[in-house]
Amino acid sequence: MIRVELPSPLRSLAQVKGEVQLDVSGPVTQRSVVDAIELRYPMLRGAIRDHVTKQRRPFLRFYACGEDLSHEPLDAPLPAAVAAGSEPYLVIGSIAGG
Amino acid sequence: MSSVRLLVGTKKGAFIMTSDGKRAKWKISKPHFAGYEMYHVKGSPVDPNRLYASQCSGWFGQLMQRSDDGGKTWNPVDNKFTYDGIPGTHQWYDGTPHPWEFKRVWHLEPSLTDPDTVYAGVEDAAMFKTTDGGKSWHEMSGLRGHGSGAKWTPGAGGMGLHTILIDPSNHQRIYIAISAAGAFRTDDGGTTWKPINQGLRSLYIPDPTAEVGHCVHRIALHPSRPNTLFMQKHWDVLRTDDGGDHWHEVSGNLPTDFGFPIDVHAHEPETIYVVPIKSDAEHYPLDGRLKVFRSRTGGNEWEALTKGLPQRNCYVNVLREAMDVDTLDDCGIYFGTTGGQVYASSNSGDSWKAITHDLPAVLSVEVQTLA
Repeated sequence: MIRVELPSPLRSLAQVKGEVQLDVSGPVTQRSVVDAIELRYPMLRGAIRDHVTKQRRPFLRFYACGEDLSHEPLDAPLPAAVAAGSEPYLVIGSIAGG
Repeated sequence: MSSVRLLVGTKKGAFIMTSDGKRAKWKISKPHFAGYEMYHVKGSPVDPNRLYASQCSGWFGQLMQRSDDGGKTWNPVDNKFTYDGIPGTHQWYDGTPHPWEFKRVWHLEPSLTDPDTVYAGVEDAAMFKTTDGGKSWHEMSGLRGHGSGAKWTPGAGGMGLHTILIDPSNHQRIYIAISAAGAFRTDDGGTTWKPINQGLRSLYIPDPTAEVGHCVHRIALHPSRPNTLFMQKHWDVLRTDDGGDHWHEVSGNLPTDFGFPIDVHAHEPETIYVVPIKSDAEHYPLDGRLKVFRSRTGGNEWEALTKGLPQRNCYVNVLREAMDVDTLDDCGIYFGTTGGQVYASSNSGDSWKAITHDLPAVLSVEVQTLA
């Protein structure tokens, strides 16, 4: 079971509270995790990445195990701790305001 | 007794305001979609409790919402707006080709007969349509593909398709407007389109009378005279009486003819309203005095309406989507400002009262007159 932490506005949109837990079939990569998020919560399609280009929205970042994965290849395996469910995959919105 | 419902989109959420037919006391909802830019909220004319809303965010892109109970509850609907085929390019600000990129939905226009059918005007300029209540959106690509699309350029606020008017006497005829491409018309329900900008003169573009490239800010019509359109352009107020084939200027004695919204009285097709703004660089009223101008002669002769509006130290703007009228016997006029005020007149503009002073910047105002 993969653990995912979404930013508060996306949790509101998906009508979930706290951490999300997802089954991911096959290799656990950033692409497969976001695919699984969108499959479970279709209202988040287009909100994390562009519908067509599949590029991450520019004000969002992806982290896991203290590492910024935002610019890592989408099909690279995620850290073993994320795949094992002991560490969450983090979707983080940039800070608004000054 | 009749009542009125205002659907107000702001930079940080949508608000629903309700009043009885006297329009003296208003109930204001808590924010819907708090924190999001609500470009437009509009109801179906045949099912007023069916509402559609465009919800945007710099973080999460475009979201779309639908309500079936007049805004009490909402459900997300499809937010995928994909251009047909290879999108191609339009002109960028510097004249270089720039790929078409979907950014947001500026305007929603529900069908006059079917609550499941809605037209959406988007940035980068294109027209989309749903016929299943928002479950899917499809581009009406005849507009972008009619031939002049490669010459369209964005206005300062982006290249948005912001106005959609369906001819109530002939639903195959639709007028739209784009900043900064101009006005266009279809006579076959959206399959083919043509520019209708003859008579527009824009001194800020290389060819002031070009077929396209004009920054049209808003168009309005009265349902009883669908061939007569009124236009607020970047500068100039114009009218046409032949469905857009020819336009002529009716700015007349306006103190400045720059502005954004324009609207028509519900029962008097020659009575129109604009809010003059100082200039394209200074987006606020002249001399810090907020004035709506009314013409009862279809243009040229204008009178200032100031009773109840701030007449000193007022430096707000009124955006193109932020004015509307109700259809009660004493026609109500409403507009919202970038300072968060929403003003209402229940006597055709003779006097005004603020419904609220303290919203986020108002992007859009729609009125529903309910039985």
